[in-house]
Amino acid sequence: MDLFEHQGKEFFAQYGMPVSAGEAVFSVDEAVAAAGRLGTPVMVKAQVHAGGRGKAGGVKFAADIDAVREHAGNILGLDIKGHIVKRLWIEEASDIAEEYYASFTLDRSAKTHLGMLSKEGGIEIETVAVENPDAIAKIWVDPVDGLTEAACRQWVLEAELPEAAIEGTIDILLKLYIAYTEGDADMVEINPLILTSAGKVHVLDAKVTLDANSEYRHPDYQQYDETQVRDEREAAAHAHGLQYVGLDGTVGVIANGAGLAMSTVDVVNQVGGRAANFLDIGGGANADLMSAALQVINNDPSVKSIFINIFGGITRGDVVAEGIIESMKRVKIDSPIVIRLDGTNAEDGRRLLEPELGDDLVLEDTMLSAARRAVELAK
Amino acid sequence: MSIFVDENTKVVYQGLTGSQGSYYGRLNAEYGTQVVAGTNPKRAGIEVNGVPIFATVAEAVEATGATASCIFIPAPGVKGAVMEAAEAGIELIVAITEGVPAHDEAWFFNQLKRNHPDVQLLGPNCPGIISPGKCNIGITAGHIAKAGGPVGIVSRSGTLTYQALYELKQKGIGVTTCVGIGGDPVPGTSFIDCLSAFEADPETKAVMMIGEIGGSAEEEAAEFIKNNMSKPISSYIAGVTAPPGKKMGHAGAIVSGGKGTAAAKMAALADAGVKVGNNPTEAGELMAEIVAGL
Repeated sequence: MDLFEHQGKEFFAQYGMPVSAGEAVFSVDEAVAAAGRLGTPVMVKAQVHAGGRGKAGGVKFAADIDAVREHAGNILGLDIKGHIVKRLWIEEASDIAEEYYASFTLDRSAKTHLGMLSKEGGIEIETVAVENPDAIAKIWVDPVDGLTEAACRQWVLEAELPEAAIEGTIDILLKLYIAYTEGDADMVEINPLILTSAGKVHVLDAKVTLDANSEYRHPDYQQYDETQVRDEREAAAHAHGLQYVGLDGTVGVIANGAGLAMSTVDVVNQVGGRAANFLDIGGGANADLMSAALQVINNDPSVKSIFINIFGGITRGDVVAEGIIESMKRVKIDSPIVIRLDGTNAEDGRRLLEPELGDDLVLEDTMLSAARRAVELAK
Repeated sequence: MSIFVDENTKVVYQGLTGSQGSYYGRLNAEYGTQVVAGTNPKRAGIEVNGVPIFATVAEAVEATGATASCIFIPAPGVKGAVMEAAEAGIELIVAITEGVPAHDEAWFFNQLKRNHPDVQLLGPNCPGIISPGKCNIGITAGHIAKAGGPVGIVSRSGTLTYQALYELKQKGIGVTTCVGIGGDPVPGTSFIDCLSAFEADPETKAVMMIGEIGGSAEEEAAEFIKNNMSKPISSYIAGVTAPPGKKMGHAGAIVSGGKGTAAAKMAALADAGVKVGNNPTEAGELMAEIVAGL
């Protein structure tokens, strides 16, 4: 789950980190009113789940209310890497002396947490990593030990931050680590972390991705789930509890199991087509799930054919076939369906489907031949 | 031979009283697995499908001599369940449960490494392990696998593993052990752990490895293969066309910051001498060719 900057700052503030006062708004008038309450100068910042907002013209300094009105008008509706700006964050402007970078994420290879700190902030860390790798100080933190103050101090010294920034940075990093672990984040990033002209270390931006698997112990994360940016198809699938990712092709895909679903999307591509989606209905593949999946795919206007790829393990092929037949009675499907059914009791399943076959329901023996047929039908 | 389990492996099921636990526990027992105990702190003394329930893993181990455990406990309890099993002296812990927070996984992975270095944790979010004809712990349908070898399988994906077992069976090829390491960001057992065990197992003559996007486990495996594996390997990687930044069903299946792509993994494996198929069927055919040439 990706948080907007302002949500990330509220999240950080809960752990005692210094962030700027501000308000999230959705219109020019609200922006002006917020700036009036905060007092100018303010920053007008686009809230989207994408980096490079500044470059795209999504972050502006506003010296007075007129400037707030102008910038808010320009930024709302802006397209930043495919994300349309619908909300703004109006915050008190800061007096920046220097910009740094700080983050924590899981190092999947080392199986420990990885902290990165750099005195070169305000630019993408990937760029720093390529152009000046020595400017990034790294620390690997064993999750059992956590981040000790001594280790954190050593890390900050290695990053060669100026004297004036050291104590403030240590304080923020220790809190950032707690936010990262106790908050069950996949990633927390402050870019830039700034030193103000007055000598204070301050959090100027917040990028936070939370682990959706931890929602059971963070009931308040429901609010973030509700603000995830999903297209219509993804929202419908999410409401049904389906594992769905929207893609830009014409072959709708339904498979049981994440690996098989990924593989199905790949194979559609290999035979010259493009999948409209990734959809894993899970091992069970019963009539309720199949109906929900078919409904979501049928509502996608770009879908021209549907490829159902099921491998029966514990779930038997005949049960899956019954589920498909039942769900086709429940949902009126506009596109032809190609089915590949293999594994446990697959022959029984195919026999059950036999009387239903026709132009709109086709059975194929292999994943490849089914993919070819689905791609043909989508043309 | 087989790796990690065999016909003598005695298994305690943590969560045998739940609907998933009792269902798969029964199937595993019917397959021939020695399902010797279940645990539930509130229901000690009862039986589930004839299997005695104990309050703790320690009591189950004491009474039955179980050396492996299988966890069907809901995600919030998995951290406690893994540690309880390790502290009771269990050698192989198979955690089937999906949806365990990554921070819990990182914590117990390192806690086991430090205090229980000999414990082999499989999963979480994995289908389990099957040594056809001997032992089946988890949710794999036993009848889709042919016993005997010469192939060992290790995989991050459930359904693709079943598919591989099934295709090999149809070609008349047997499997020594099939290990599902799971699709989460911090799997307890890695590709390398399994490859190394297969290399040491005299009955395993070739290995099939099924990976997917996300992380660098396949690249690390490729490096290991280059330096340590004498046995031939075929492989398949799912997610060639997956868009970056999206979790593809599994928590660990995500391309982030240009890292973890299928293309990079396939290239690394091919460079290590692995026969890489473009789809699961092709990987199966490549394995059949390898077996024919043994």
